[in-house]
Amino acid sequence: MRAALDAVRDKSLTVSQKYMALARVAESTVKALPVSDSVQALRDAGVICDLYEGAAPFRPRYVVPDYERFMKQGSAFLGLEAPEDLDEALASLLVLYRHVPSITGFPVYVGDLDALIEPFLDGVEEERARKAVRLFLLQMDRTLTDSFVHGDLGPRPTRAGRLVIEESRKLKCAVPNLSLKYDPNLTGDDFALLAAECALDVAKPSFANHRIFKADFERLGFDDYAVVSCYNGLPKGGGSCTLVRLNLARLAPRARDRDDLLGRVLPEAVRLQLEYMDARVRFLVEESGFFESDFLVKEGLVRFERFTAMFGLVGLAECVDAHSEGRLYGRDDEADAFGLEIIRRISEQVAAHRAPCLEAAGGRYLLHAQVGIDDDKGVSPGCRIPIGREPELTAHILRSAPFHKYFPSGIGDVFAFEPTARRNPRHLLDIAKGAMASGLRYFSAYAADADVVRITGYLVKRCDLERRDRTPDLQNSAVLGRNAVNNLGVLDRRVRT
Amino acid sequence: MRETSGFRNEVPDPVFSPLSSISRSLSLSSSVAPCLRGSIPPDGLVARILYSSAVDGPGNRAVVFLQGCDFDCAYCHNPETRNLCDHCGACVGACAYGALSVADGAGERRVRWDEGACRDCGACIRACPKGSSPKTRRMTPAEILSRLETRKPFLSGITVSGGECGLQAAFLEELAVAARAAGLPALVDTNGSTDYSKLPRLVEAAEGFMLDVKAWDEGVHRALTLAGNAMVKRNLAFLAGAGKLAEARVVVLPGRVDAEACVRGIAEILRTGGAAGRGRTVLKLIAFRREGVRPAQVALPVPGREELEALAALAGSEGLHDVVIV
Repeated sequence: MRAALDAVRDKSLTVSQKYMALARVAESTVKALPVSDSVQALRDAGVICDLYEGAAPFRPRYVVPDYERFMKQGSAFLGLEAPEDLDEALASLLVLYRHVPSITGFPVYVGDLDALIEPFLDGVEEERARKAVRLFLLQMDRTLTDSFVHGDLGPRPTRAGRLVIEESRKLKCAVPNLSLKYDPNLTGDDFALLAAECALDVAKPSFANHRIFKADFERLGFDDYAVVSCYNGLPKGGGSCTLVRLNLARLAPRARDRDDLLGRVLPEAVRLQLEYMDARVRFLVEESGFFESDFLVKEGLVRFERFTAMFGLVGLAECVDAHSEGRLYGRDDEADAFGLEIIRRISEQVAAHRAPCLEAAGGRYLLHAQVGIDDDKGVSPGCRIPIGREPELTAHILRSAPFHKYFPSGIGDVFAFEPTARRNPRHLLDIAKGAMASGLRYFSAYAADADVVRITGYLVKRCDLERRDRTPDLQNSAVLGRNAVNNLGVLDRRVRT
Repeated sequence: MRETSGFRNEVPDPVFSPLSSISRSLSLSSSVAPCLRGSIPPDGLVARILYSSAVDGPGNRAVVFLQGCDFDCAYCHNPETRNLCDHCGACVGACAYGALSVADGAGERRVRWDEGACRDCGACIRACPKGSSPKTRRMTPAEILSRLETRKPFLSGITVSGGECGLQAAFLEELAVAARAAGLPALVDTNGSTDYSKLPRLVEAAEGFMLDVKAWDEGVHRALTLAGNAMVKRNLAFLAGAGKLAEARVVVLPGRVDAEACVRGIAEILRTGGAAGRGRTVLKLIAFRREGVRPAQVALPVPGREELEALAALAGSEGLHDVVIV
């Protein structure tokens, strides 16, 4: 039980971080899932990766509560009436947040914050409203200590949205991550400009392509979507049972040539990952009891029929490079076309599969461009163009956009800007508008000297990135950020002028 | 020349400065008699096109840099845009990517640049003994806008710069008209040596002008740029009066630029130009930076923050409140 003792003795962990580490050790001793030899072989080779989700899934990886419903009905289990004023509203939300599980131990979705708060601002004078919002955000950062905690804003401008953006900019916290559901026709330039200025300073909010998300989720049979965790699109009032990722960089060397990759190696790997995902989903749904016993399900704040699962992938760039005879993904049209063909085939094969026990989206798993983990080395996130090879900004966006339509459960690109961009936030807004128009699903930006840095999808404060002492971090995501800086070169992103 | 304390007034010998011949050769190829305007599309000599920029006007703009300049500013940070390539071929060997070659055709030797092979490393520019670049090419407004077609959703407009774009006035006018028609209004970044009052169609079509006021005193201006500034001041007044002076810019270079006089002079002209001019004009104070300047100028002094802020305060006291320090 070396791992457990190491966790107990680790001086760089807080007590609650030790609890989590010990729980992971315990979970790893369970042999609950039937895993075929073929699946295991690919897991051992690092081709199929479950992102340390655990050997015995006891809760969905991502839970996306219907907070609007909670605000109308309160919660019997939590002993809360429906809130009637601003204080009650914010307090109720903060209580509920502590009871929303996920892979991180903290909620990955804290609601469409402006929609939740706005009705309670009537008649509240500005300074009181501002202080309430500020303390609400502060409490999130200091108690939900993980920057995969994600709140949404928009698409329409609101007073509450404005306060959240203004106070987030002043607080400079990594938590919560924020997305603006952006539709140029609904959001308006003033509000979008406010968001752009904020993003340059604190790397949030990101711009989510509201039109694309809304259309995709309607087509999948959901009435609403939320952006959660890094940039994951999931049904509101539901979530995702699991996320497993296919490491295309590790897969590439197993194929002799392109024909072998597309004809044998890739379809086989996709089939095996689907088999593994089915096993994880089945265990969660049929054996863990989550959907029978959890109060969120019982009170209708999440519904079983809105839970899907995410088929993830990483390392497309390296896979394409390996089979393109010197042509480079992100720089060469032919290489990019090959990359698109790989994604198209994966998407088709995944869309044809039916999960044995899920109803959402007719039982289909949703494709997800996984954003990388901190110990990835030489594996680019999702379909991203590798750091160090990025083309000029608008060329980069135009090259990346065609991939985005295949990933309803999330894909995103990150851009670092010269500090001078702060003087011209309209420039960032123009870029965001162009990105939306070109079909980019999700767009993150920050100024290269900002106090808060976007790692691969989550945020870490710059001072936490630069710490070298081994004392505990307040936020669980800080150590991931430091590792990612070393392994992924995230601070070496091309700076855009 | 009038002595002005603190500024050097000697005119350095130019190494290579066919200023008048540049103007002539540029305008000969791009000036088109009015009666022929509709039949021959004017083309211009383009140094390069940047697809997006945060620093060439508000919003995201594509920038079209035109080749050729009639000033020779000491602090020029893109000196390779000043002169015309004479196809001497000295750059060809410097290219490690095979993007340059020499072609002899019709008794004329020409250097050819293969844009697809180019890696933008700058070796050819560094190797050029004539203050030019082999990458310039003639383009029509339609060709330029066609290049920008896929970028349109990202753009607020275009900015035409250089070199000095005013030297190719007929082309500039057609480009501004075409750009506006394409929904990408043009800002014109200029040294003010061309008489814009004679180009009403250009002034009408352009979104605005960003005018460099290099120095106020004529002598200081000549020492700095090898050219006078009477036309610059006339343009300042004219463009402000026309409501098209988007920016007046002063590069602050201690000991070589009379920045205070510039600020006062600009304020005075905007005051007499009427409220319309003053309200819309941003005064941009640009700190001299060493990046990209010619080797002889690398030792020039960089202004401190306090000096720039003092100028901004002076501008405020003269009624100029829209001031940006860069």
